[in-house]
Amino acid sequence: MTEPLLSVRDLVVEFPTRRGMLRALDGVSFDIAPGEVLGMVGESGAGKSITGAAIIGLIEPPGRIVRGEIRLAGERIDNLPPEAMRRIRGKRIGMVFQDPLTSLNPLYTVARQLIETIRVHLDMSEAEARAHAIGLLDRVGIPAAARRIDDYPHHFSGGMRQRVVIALALAAEPELVIADEPTTALDVSVQSQIIDVLKEICAERGAAVMLITHDMGVIAETADRVAVLYAGRMAEIGPVRDVILNASHPYTSGLMASIPTLVQDTDRLVQIPGSMPRLNAIPSGCAFNPRCNQAFERCRIEQPPLIDVAPRHAAACWLAEEETKNDG
Amino acid sequence: MLAFIIRRIVQSALVMLVVALVAFALFRYVGDPISSMVGQETSLADREALRTTLGLNDPFIVQFGRFIGNAIQGDFGISYRLQQPVMELILQRLPATLELALVSGLAAFIFGVSAGVYTALNRRGFLSTGIMAVSLIGVSLPTFLIGILLIWLFAVELQWLPSFGRGDTVALPGGWTTGFLTSSGRQSLILPAITLGLFQMTLIMRLVRAEMLEVLRTDYIKFARARGLSNRTVHFGHALKNTLVPVITITGLQLGAIIAFAIITETVFQWPGVGALFINSVRAVDVPVMAAYLVLIALIFVIINLIVDLLYYVVDPRLRVERGAARH
Amino acid sequence: MSDTKTPSRLFRLWDSDIAYSFRQSPLAIISGVVALVIILAAAFAPLIAPTNPYDPSSLNLMDGFTPPMQENAFTGSTFLLGADNQGRDVLSTILYGARISLFVGFSAVIFAMVLGITAGLIAGYRGGWVDAVLMRIADVQLSFPSILIALLIFGVARGFIPPSQRETMAIWVLIVAIGLSDWVQFARVVRGATMVEKGKEYVQAARVIGVNPIRILLRHILPNVMGPVLVIGTIGLALAIIAEATLSFLGVGVPPTQPSLGTLIRIGQQYLFSGEWWILLFPAVTLLALALAVNLLGDWLRDALNPRLR
Repeated sequence: MTEPLLSVRDLVVEFPTRRGMLRALDGVSFDIAPGEVLGMVGESGAGKSITGAAIIGLIEPPGRIVRGEIRLAGERIDNLPPEAMRRIRGKRIGMVFQDPLTSLNPLYTVARQLIETIRVHLDMSEAEARAHAIGLLDRVGIPAAARRIDDYPHHFSGGMRQRVVIALALAAEPELVIADEPTTALDVSVQSQIIDVLKEICAERGAAVMLITHDMGVIAETADRVAVLYAGRMAEIGPVRDVILNASHPYTSGLMASIPTLVQDTDRLVQIPGSMPRLNAIPSGCAFNPRCNQAFERCRIEQPPLIDVAPRHAAACWLAEEETKNDG
Repeated sequence: MLAFIIRRIVQSALVMLVVALVAFALFRYVGDPISSMVGQETSLADREALRTTLGLNDPFIVQFGRFIGNAIQGDFGISYRLQQPVMELILQRLPATLELALVSGLAAFIFGVSAGVYTALNRRGFLSTGIMAVSLIGVSLPTFLIGILLIWLFAVELQWLPSFGRGDTVALPGGWTTGFLTSSGRQSLILPAITLGLFQMTLIMRLVRAEMLEVLRTDYIKFARARGLSNRTVHFGHALKNTLVPVITITGLQLGAIIAFAIITETVFQWPGVGALFINSVRAVDVPVMAAYLVLIALIFVIINLIVDLLYYVVDPRLRVERGAARH
Repeated sequence: MSDTKTPSRLFRLWDSDIAYSFRQSPLAIISGVVALVIILAAAFAPLIAPTNPYDPSSLNLMDGFTPPMQENAFTGSTFLLGADNQGRDVLSTILYGARISLFVGFSAVIFAMVLGITAGLIAGYRGGWVDAVLMRIADVQLSFPSILIALLIFGVARGFIPPSQRETMAIWVLIVAIGLSDWVQFARVVRGATMVEKGKEYVQAARVIGVNPIRILLRHILPNVMGPVLVIGTIGLALAIIAEATLSFLGVGVPPTQPSLGTLIRIGQQYLFSGEWWILLFPAVTLLALALAVNLLGDWLRDALNPRLR
């Protein structure tokens, strides 16, 4: 197996608050191979965005990484000095945010924001950068890019702005793009277009994508592998097909059951009862146990580790251990 | 754009008309203009004749029209107290007030914005905490107490700076007198300028700090960081400009406030300006001067408001399309 | 929507958040104590003050300029905070002065509050041109500093009042002037809340069954805006006290026969160069402590009622 592009090991992120430490991420580990699309799903507050922020080194203070490491192409990046990390942002790791309406500085033209970003990372003259920027806008599907580049963000529709955001994130040809809910704020009609543009352009440049979303449908269509987060912990990770067809964590099964299009058996179309615990009130043992209808004694006492259920497919569930035992 | 400006100008004219009406009512109905012009021994018939010649028996609207006509030509009558044309009195004192307002306004803006940006960027720093604490006292401290405090410290105890007056002035062509050109003039300016500017400075500082903190939390700032732009570019290229958009409005209005607060400062420092003239007129119920000051100050405010609106328009590209609708 | 909800919510607000926040904030406690001490001392000035400084029979000009805690060489009297130019006990003048300052401040804020709430209610409920006109006036007024508005209103009113009554009317004119300069904030908050409530069904229902909707609105809106109104009122009180002091310092406020803290500072300033510092210092410190304490209380109250703004 080739060396992973991104490797996250045992990542723990905490936020000190007045009522004690909140553990937003608790021992999350995963890899992303070069050119791979990893989907990351979970409810809001599960730690998806924090994971993205941790990788790009922009966790909002007072939050901080207390344990674990993040490697980009084998090199540790979680403890780099700020200036070195800044040079990685945009150049080697690009990021696309959720809301295109607020992601762009309203007071500057698209040209200025693009050229500025390009020239920070690439050795180009103003004119070269502008030409490069027009090329990028053209590539992400902005019609009449050469003319529209001098427009202000508010001249563009939401979908068009998200294309601009993608162009900005990819301006310096990063090896990894973190897309944090890139379509959630958009009109349903343009969501798939944006995902397509993102996927195509990354594929053609060989960039890996970490796609954060709570939409299993998008994951199913786009991702190679999927990671499921629950209450700051990795619940399940594996190839998309495997996870969808053979969900090994009851939480994942529940997620799948809540997607109508993927389920034949309409009887199973149910919401998972209850809600995710607050981060300051995570139960002992498996974080999911109060909502799990298959929970047993051990789930309430001991936190399950990730257990391999199939090649490259693992789940943090004691049931998975039972199954593998029975199989073996 | 043009419609917006015209609407603004019409509104301003309306405000001026209302102010003129108040000034006229004051002028016309407070006391008897005749008795302030003639001696005790004038007969009733003579008084009545004088009334008619002066047009005081004309219908209200005619008199008001004449008042406005005279006001536009700068004729506000004769001061009861000083027996000089009001406009002459005001023009003599205007340079002193404007120079004071200019210096303190500039100082307040420069120091206010710098301190605001500094405290926003170094939120938990030792110096920031200190600045914030002092500013809280600054907002609660009445202007005249600041002036007295400064006089006590720098004029009485240290004897570094003069405690009253404007120092030596130089007459410039066009009837303007300036204190900028003599060392005693410059020294005399320091304490009044600090007194006048301090409150505005704390106000601008707190506003800039609050706005800047708000802007630093926005998505476009996070996105700018995620693109690898340097802190310098993010703070001063992106955040500061967005901070200044709302700050401009308030700051513009502060300029008007400075001219108004000059009344207090001029009284404390016996500064020979328009404010001191006004306060003496209020004490002596010198109506023509009060009326003229009212109109003058309203005019200055209206003009500043107009300029601020236009400036807003220039700075924020969004308004160029939405025609000022976003302000409300 | 029911009426029973209102008192319990107010009670809960008072019982939990506010009281808790107050206990947690040393600055708020200190400010509260300082404000309370000054207010009580001023209210009971006739009982506390060593002398009545405005009773001519108790004055001895020979006491003039006696420094604090020192025996006067001629009369043998001592004064805790010294005596002023006319031989009045500075402590007593401060207590009586604070009384006037606070009276004007509270009256002006209450006046502004009543005016602002009424205007806001009418503007929000009637809408249309009434609203447009009222809010236009508010906008224009808001762009002028309130001290200037107060000064202009004071000046204009003085012009209209016959000279013989200027002295006696001065304090009321001052209250109206400061109050008129400060109503806008109240009006805006109440107008916003009214516009929200107006659309609700119970108001429509009230109208259908013929109950005066304004009365219903009052009962529902006032509890909602109590918090913001209280914050604006507290900060407004600090501003009104400063405004009164400023006007009196400028010599256009209360008449010299009823000196407020501002008047005392104005008198004290004349002795800044000749070394009788106590005549100026003590009134100035009292004014500063009062204004700062009330301001800090207002600041704290705003944070406590709206933690998001922190």
